[in-house]
Amino acid sequence: MGKVRVAFFDFACCEGCQLQVANMGESLLDVLGAIDVVEFREVMSEKSNDYDVAVIEGSITTPHAVERIKEIRKTAKILIAYGSCATIGGVNGMKNNFDLSDIRNYVYQDKARFFETIPTRAVHQVVPVDYFVHGCPVYLPEFVKVLKCALAGIPYRVPDSAVCTECKLNENECMYDKGITCLGPVTRAGCNSWCVNNGNICYGCRGMVTNPAENGAKDILEKYQIPLEWVENKMNMYNKAREQDTERNPDGKKC
Amino acid sequence: MGRNVKVNVEYLTRVEGHGNIVVNVKEGKLEECRLDIVEAPRFFEGMLRGRSIFEAQHITSRICGICSCGHTLASIQAAESAIGFTPSEQTRKLRKFLLHLETLDSHILHIYLLVAPDLLGVKSFVPLINTHNEVVRRALRMKKTCNDMCDILVGRHVHPISCIVGGFTKLPRPKDLDDMLALLRKFEEDMKPTVDLAATLKFPEFQRETEYVGLVNDTEEYPFLEGDVGSTDGMRVKKEEYRKVTNEFVVPHSSAKHAKWNRSSYMVGALARVNLNYKKLLPRAKALADALGIKPVTTNSYLNTAAQLVECVHCVEDGIRILEEFKTDGVNHGELVTVGLNERGTIPVKAGRGVGAVEVPRGILFHDYEVDATGKIVNANCIIPTSQNCNNIEHDMRKLVPEILDRSDEEITHRLEMLVRAYDPCISCSAHFLNVKFVNR
Repeated sequence: MGKVRVAFFDFACCEGCQLQVANMGESLLDVLGAIDVVEFREVMSEKSNDYDVAVIEGSITTPHAVERIKEIRKTAKILIAYGSCATIGGVNGMKNNFDLSDIRNYVYQDKARFFETIPTRAVHQVVPVDYFVHGCPVYLPEFVKVLKCALAGIPYRVPDSAVCTECKLNENECMYDKGITCLGPVTRAGCNSWCVNNGNICYGCRGMVTNPAENGAKDILEKYQIPLEWVENKMNMYNKAREQDTERNPDGKKC
Repeated sequence: MGRNVKVNVEYLTRVEGHGNIVVNVKEGKLEECRLDIVEAPRFFEGMLRGRSIFEAQHITSRICGICSCGHTLASIQAAESAIGFTPSEQTRKLRKFLLHLETLDSHILHIYLLVAPDLLGVKSFVPLINTHNEVVRRALRMKKTCNDMCDILVGRHVHPISCIVGGFTKLPRPKDLDDMLALLRKFEEDMKPTVDLAATLKFPEFQRETEYVGLVNDTEEYPFLEGDVGSTDGMRVKKEEYRKVTNEFVVPHSSAKHAKWNRSSYMVGALARVNLNYKKLLPRAKALADALGIKPVTTNSYLNTAAQLVECVHCVEDGIRILEEFKTDGVNHGELVTVGLNERGTIPVKAGRGVGAVEVPRGILFHDYEVDATGKIVNANCIIPTSQNCNNIEHDMRKLVPEILDRSDEEITHRLEMLVRAYDPCISCSAHFLNVKFVNR
């Protein structure tokens, strides 16, 4: 049996998560020794319709994209949603804060009709997803872990505790103690509190934990006298598309 | 009736991430020649409305994963100018260094992974793993070195973390400076075989006079981060007047807005910058430009890749200088900022409008924001280099096609693809084969 054939596909996104793979350096050659990359548009001209694993980057934002992702799902044995745009809608979800014709006209004026658009959806909101790699951009050590699980045919469990759990271990000073709001308390861990380690706040790019400690969060907001809408507004930067979740395809589960 | 059919064809070919070249030659006469590069629309300018100006950098860096540091810097410049904040000398210097890292990272990716396969006659870098293993290893190593330096400076290269409005949320310690300097020296070592390799690559012959546009200044410094907008036709305007330069206009055959200033089109990017600021290149970069035959004004667009190599040499030299200065003078950690959404009002905000004009790898990038007195974004506009270059690429194709009409379809296709790739348009479009349609050939 030959090597597993892996294809990368991108939808609405910045392609920064694909770039994370190119950024692996020479160890990329080791990965290429373990798998057969048959399509990777960012750095390859080759194309293929024959693959085992599809890695999907980007959100679903056009009718054409809906059809395309369905076709990919038919072919792929394993489908990995890769990066925030694919796993939770990501920054593309901010579009859903607006009336679609309004935002189309604002950006493209008289040519708006050329730019067909539908409310931003994460990949699992259109087709079943087998693995999720969250993050904007993805955290490479986690992607390698997921890829190994996918190749071994075992599930990968996304950490479902808050970023704070990792942040504390990294001994960062709490942003709230500095008078700044941070989404660490309600955001899924797994990034090793990447942004806070570098002096910035957590923007919630990995999506919300499934069971956030709401009362604890309320206590924090009260203690620091922070209006709830500030935090809600921040949540809507990455997490607006969660409103597209239905009972049939709840976030993080196969539908 | 014909017009309707045309719109339909255009619409059907507008598939995400595809570049389409349409060539229509009738009885040996070129009737139409055009380029469409289309990505799924993401409506960034629209989404920014109502958000805090302190979020603009975080959001707009997500426009492009490859240029996320460039978008970061243009966004910050526009935001700070809008609210009336002046960054410190140290901050400006660190930002210049960050931009050098992005230029190096992007140029190396383009030269090695995109252009070299063309010039070596293969479809992508993958076959080169077997035939030119050392070259591929070097390319990936150089790319990773840039990445490692960005990790130290701003947390990561794709979507930098600590470079924000007001300054840096993390500042390099002495060990960080040493580590970055060691990495940059390692990169410098790899530049030598890179330059040697480039000397063996043959760029196609082609000439077309056009206008070259980029940042200009009155100092000795080759401008990447700050300056006015100038052109090789001798024009110069303040960055706030960028609309006088871009003059975006609609063309009937394409949905992409085109740009022109004093001629029918203009070019931005490495070749434009070298043409404008050749005298300000550092000595070794200038020597390489001379060796590669790039002198102002060089009018062969294929040489944009060679100009990128010249800039790499310049950025390495200047980057080492900046790091050594920081090692001598020290980094003032008192300038560390914690801003968030400016909840504590550490940065005074006023209503206003600001423009950022930054030379990112592919050319001059404009961000333009208008904010209200609370720092909420009221209007936003971004003009990326690739859209400015589209019109110039089409003009190049119109001159090139009649000159090579005696060649086979495959050869014409390849020459056109190479031309488009030379501009280093948004990488996703340039990496894979463009669809070339011959009509009435």
